[in-house]
Amino acid sequence: MSALVDEQRLEATPTGDPKLPRIRPHTTSEIRAHLRSAKTLWCPGCSNGTITRALIDAILGLELDPEKVVVVAGIGCSGRISAYLDYSTVHTAHGRALAVATGVKAADPSLHVIVAMGDGDSSAIGGNHLIHAARRNVDVTALVFNNSIYGMTGGQMSPTTHLGDKSTTSVYGNVEPAFDLCELAHAAGATYVARGTSWGYQQLVNVLAGGIAHVGFAMVEAMAICPVYYGRFNLTADPAEFLRSQKEHAVPVDRFEEGETRVRDRYPVGLLHHREREEFVTALGYVRERVQEANRG
Amino acid sequence: MAAVPASAEAAPATARKPVLLQGNEAVAEGAIAAGARFFAGYPITPSTEIAEVLSRRLPEVGGTFIQMEDEIASIAAVCGASLAGEKALTATSGPGFSLMQEMLGFATMAQIPCVVVDVMRGGPSTGLPTEPAQGDVMQARWGTHGEHSVIALVPSSVSECYGLTIEAFNLAEQYRTPVVILSDALIGHMREAVVLPDPATLRIAERGIPDCEPDEYDTVSSTLDNILPRPPLGSPFRVHVTGLVYNRRSGAPDTADPAAAADLGRYLREKIYHHRDAIVRVEEVEMDGAEVAIFAYGSVARSAMAVVKKARALGVRVGLVRPITLWPFPTAAVERMAEQVRTVIVPEMNIRQMSWEVQAAVKGRAKVVDYGRVDGKLITPDEIFELVKPEFHYHKWEDR
Repeated sequence: MSALVDEQRLEATPTGDPKLPRIRPHTTSEIRAHLRSAKTLWCPGCSNGTITRALIDAILGLELDPEKVVVVAGIGCSGRISAYLDYSTVHTAHGRALAVATGVKAADPSLHVIVAMGDGDSSAIGGNHLIHAARRNVDVTALVFNNSIYGMTGGQMSPTTHLGDKSTTSVYGNVEPAFDLCELAHAAGATYVARGTSWGYQQLVNVLAGGIAHVGFAMVEAMAICPVYYGRFNLTADPAEFLRSQKEHAVPVDRFEEGETRVRDRYPVGLLHHREREEFVTALGYVRERVQEANRG
Repeated sequence: MAAVPASAEAAPATARKPVLLQGNEAVAEGAIAAGARFFAGYPITPSTEIAEVLSRRLPEVGGTFIQMEDEIASIAAVCGASLAGEKALTATSGPGFSLMQEMLGFATMAQIPCVVVDVMRGGPSTGLPTEPAQGDVMQARWGTHGEHSVIALVPSSVSECYGLTIEAFNLAEQYRTPVVILSDALIGHMREAVVLPDPATLRIAERGIPDCEPDEYDTVSSTLDNILPRPPLGSPFRVHVTGLVYNRRSGAPDTADPAAAADLGRYLREKIYHHRDAIVRVEEVEMDGAEVAIFAYGSVARSAMAVVKKARALGVRVGLVRPITLWPFPTAAVERMAEQVRTVIVPEMNIRQMSWEVQAAVKGRAKVVDYGRVDGKLITPDEIFELVKPEFHYHKWEDR
């Protein structure tokens, strides 16, 4: 069967940064038209609403047909986005969103599939699905709301809680180092990797739009703030102060040193990695076509 | 939407001539005949041939095969594909079936039609990977958490592997529910000559789209007698699918209203039980005038059948009640049997999993004799015959 797949097309070719789409911000009424409800269960000061708005802005900016947008979400604070967005939405089980999304995309490649996950969702319980979705290069956009904590269950440490951070299950300080989700996805084969913050709204919209437009596995890590748990235990319970800290911690990727490791208080933002490689569902389609052609011949 | 109904496909050249098929191959071919065009799975003995055959066959018929990273991802991808409109299945065995319980619950809650084939092997844990067992029958019923109902079918021949796979897809579509096929290492790996039906004669249930405008969809609701299909993702209906308790009409999550939870919970159960008579299939062999019945399913039913033939040849009145549908439990057939016979013998490759269920339905009206094996060896006709003998004062037993 290997002869059916063009080895050349499977080679990854690093490309220069594509021009990120520059999306004009949309009005609140334009945004509202893409929401089933603007009432959420997110805490006051939470940045999930900002990230949700950025996603809608990106979808509007790309002029996607809302009927062809499918949002598949996991479980946790971020997963609730599925009930609020007025697209076809699936609120799956904890950690399983990417696996469900792979089935959705393979069954109907015409859909724009966006996967909303939290940090625990995507890198703890769903970590296996993350690396394999990246390896396959399936054409979905993974939007990770990274607030470095399990918010829905009340503030436990996650794989992106930093060394020394406090949480309700690391009361003496976390002894585990944090995952760098972007480098994890990149190493696993993701072909578009970007990071934005809830403070840098316009950049977040742009990298999200770039990820959705990208053909292949796109990972966008949105640095979220959780003043109620993470902030209160570690930084500040004041949402405005927490947001301002993102401005100081986020470093444009071109000013981040080559080989520098991200730490809690210094991380690169923008489009971090981009390359072109055969997309998974497209490759399945080629195999299907060639098999059918061979059988006809 | 999946697919070419099987009836539209060209009949294979071998149609209506016997072909030599393995049970697992028959499941794969049955799935294709049923219109399944998506399989996601993970290799595990003794189910692997289903994945192997479908990896070759699905691209031929325009379908998709994906080998996922584990069984959790496999059933998750199956749920996704089904929500996008394809008929989809996965196949596994014991350890994989355990991993799938989480998403089986999701499929039940979110009412996602799909088929899960569990080719049972000895367990628990890694157990006896290459030997048959029937230890998963209760896991199929209660494996996922919470109150729910399920449909599970048990083939006892290669031909039934084919036919019941088609039926599983039909039931899944009709009742918007996951359907489990409980095969085992013996049935899955056995080869038999089978005559496949003419695809044009097959009844294939298709998905359909609700007969209403997209903006009316939130206001219509399935009833027990009219289970509406769910429009696929990416349609104007813009559906929301969730594993949370939801309002059955709007589909919106609603965890604050006990009445909504009660309505959904009862509906999910009654959706299957209300239709029990239409779903349940039982084969009765030589039950006319039987004084003793053997209740056996799957591969053990084959040994039981040999015993019935032997006993009848000797003039001893033994019959067989063979559930083809294990869940919902064939209570009515068991009650009929309890009224008629004095003893029910329940041989199974586990310890009393179904015999408890039989006892509950028999309610003391007949004696229930259970017999279990968990060593990976098939229960032989001789073993069952030894259980039959004490039930009759038959003068020639000693001369046998």
